[in-house]
Amino acid sequence: MGVENILGGFAIALTPYNIFIAVVGITLGTIIGVLPGLGGANGVAILLPLTFAMPPTSGIILLTSIYWGALFGGAITSVLFNIPGEPWSVATTFDGYPLARQGQGGQALTAAFTSSFVGAFFSIVLITFFAPLLAEIALRFGPPEFFAIQFLTFSSFVGLGGGNPLKSLASILIGFILAAVGLDIVTGQLRLTFGFVDLMKGFDFIIAVIGLFGVGEILLSVEEGLRFRATRTGMNLGVVLDTWKILPRYARTFMRGSFIGFWMGFKPGGATPASFMSYAFAKRFSKHPERFGKGELEGVVAPETAAHAAGVAAILPMITLGIPGSPTAAVMLGGLIIWGLQPGPMLFVDNPDFVWGLIASMYTGNIIGVLMVLLFVPFFASILAIPFGILTPLILMVCAVGAYAVHNSMIDIWYMLIFGVIGYVFKKLDYPLAPLVLALVLGDLAENALRQSLIMSQGSLAIFFTRPIAGGITAVAIFFFALPVLTAWRQRLRAGPAPPRPGA
Amino acid sequence: MRGADLVTAAVLMLLGGVVMYDAVRLGIGWGQEGPRSGFLPFWLAVLLLVTAGLIFVQALLRRSAKRFVEREQFRSVLKVLAPAAAWVVLMQFVGLYVASALYMGVYMRWIGRHAWLLVAGLSVGVPIVTFLVFEKWFLVPMPKGPLEAWLGY
Repeated sequence: MGVENILGGFAIALTPYNIFIAVVGITLGTIIGVLPGLGGANGVAILLPLTFAMPPTSGIILLTSIYWGALFGGAITSVLFNIPGEPWSVATTFDGYPLARQGQGGQALTAAFTSSFVGAFFSIVLITFFAPLLAEIALRFGPPEFFAIQFLTFSSFVGLGGGNPLKSLASILIGFILAAVGLDIVTGQLRLTFGFVDLMKGFDFIIAVIGLFGVGEILLSVEEGLRFRATRTGMNLGVVLDTWKILPRYARTFMRGSFIGFWMGFKPGGATPASFMSYAFAKRFSKHPERFGKGELEGVVAPETAAHAAGVAAILPMITLGIPGSPTAAVMLGGLIIWGLQPGPMLFVDNPDFVWGLIASMYTGNIIGVLMVLLFVPFFASILAIPFGILTPLILMVCAVGAYAVHNSMIDIWYMLIFGVIGYVFKKLDYPLAPLVLALVLGDLAENALRQSLIMSQGSLAIFFTRPIAGGITAVAIFFFALPVLTAWRQRLRAGPAPPRPGA
Repeated sequence: MRGADLVTAAVLMLLGGVVMYDAVRLGIGWGQEGPRSGFLPFWLAVLLLVTAGLIFVQALLRRSAKRFVEREQFRSVLKVLAPAAAWVVLMQFVGLYVASALYMGVYMRWIGRHAWLLVAGLSVGVPIVTFLVFEKWFLVPMPKGPLEAWLGY
């Protein structure tokens, strides 16, 4: 740990080739973020095969740059078209779209991009300092600790994810079951294949991501009969500079949003609640809460800062613990494995060039990103002028190419379509998709950790409670799992002796 | 919504049952090398059965006037899904590029009702560009058919 590490990282991130890669990634990412049906997670999944031939550091720079671009792109559609590309952009539409309707689109976009940049930058600085410390602690972890952390990951979806906790749990279980299909590497037995040869390879989560998020999203969009009613961007240098003069007034909102974002973000599924929380806080502490929802600039600053701080923070557990904080981070983790790197604390020991190159590229990528989106908003916004009859087959083709390239197997394109239908149905019924994908990614790792722990303890589950670190984490996880029951119980107590029937 | 919720929960319970059946066959107890192959799937299946069962009961108790999907909406979804399925079937015989060209042409003309010239340009141009990017530049092979073979790929 030290300054020389991060300087070494910059030496890698600032080579002309890697800067070129970052520019390409941000351009592609922003386009992906603007297009309906393509978001960070499946954009990264589709383009993952292109990185196989690159050095791992350039590969991860491409993937993270796509991610930053997609985050910026989400803000464009939220403000100009009232279409949140991602769940965490929903709060941005509350004030962003009214501003755009009032002809203040340029101001709203400048505020959104600047906030994104500030939030992201705050998280990156924290990651730079905390990642090596966390990795050092994690180096002392054994299988029980890793299993406890995975347990915690999934408990936070159930306890903090919002929505129906039972459906979150069902999604997690489906993900783990899908992960178990195929060859069990420990015993050499075939599981859940029922004699079908095609099932022997199991389900790849990248295909699931492309299907669930990509194809599923398209089916949802056509159902809604998507019509874009574009407002003009109204972006130029004057507007940008004028907005920058106003923004320092919201310094407190920036700080609050960054903290909320980072704190929520390194836990899975944190970006969406972080953006709403930040918006709610900004409204509460504002002198003019009545202006929120009608086009208040602070209402754009708050959620964007938090969402991006959270989006960046999701990288922290991925590089230090080998546990991704978001579906997009999960796909990147898949990339690490394919490139032959072992995600987790050993990265800092075995591949310092890679880790520090990645961290340095987060600085450069976000700086390049904010400059590019500020300059080229009209170009990116014009993408949505492409009619849906042309976009749909194009996006489906891109999805199919990405799905096939993972294993060069035709069956994967079928899986993609099937996952698309599942994604469509699940989204309509409020089954969350992110926990399913994370469970599918972490399934084998979690099972190995569980098995090794149980072998250590000769089959006793007590090992997850008696070891100090594992015990603490398990306790928090159990608390999160119990949280929905506890809150329902507390509400019932408050409501008095005759509680109303839930959902009635 | 209620009907779809009930059906989905029932399907998930069925999935739980199927997984449980196979887990028992694999062995759910303690083997020579620790927990046997069916150990984790068995408990996942138990939990899924319970969870999906609770979702089922929850849906039964709740009334919902909203329908899962309106007829008109369902038609637009099928208009995307059916050609896509046909496209994937076709892909197995003529390869990804030719199938995509046909699929894009048909879709853009039939659903999008765009001008012939635009349709032709895009549906031929995009697969060619994809071919150059993937097969030539990044050396990622895609499914190919007789046309590519005839061209020498």
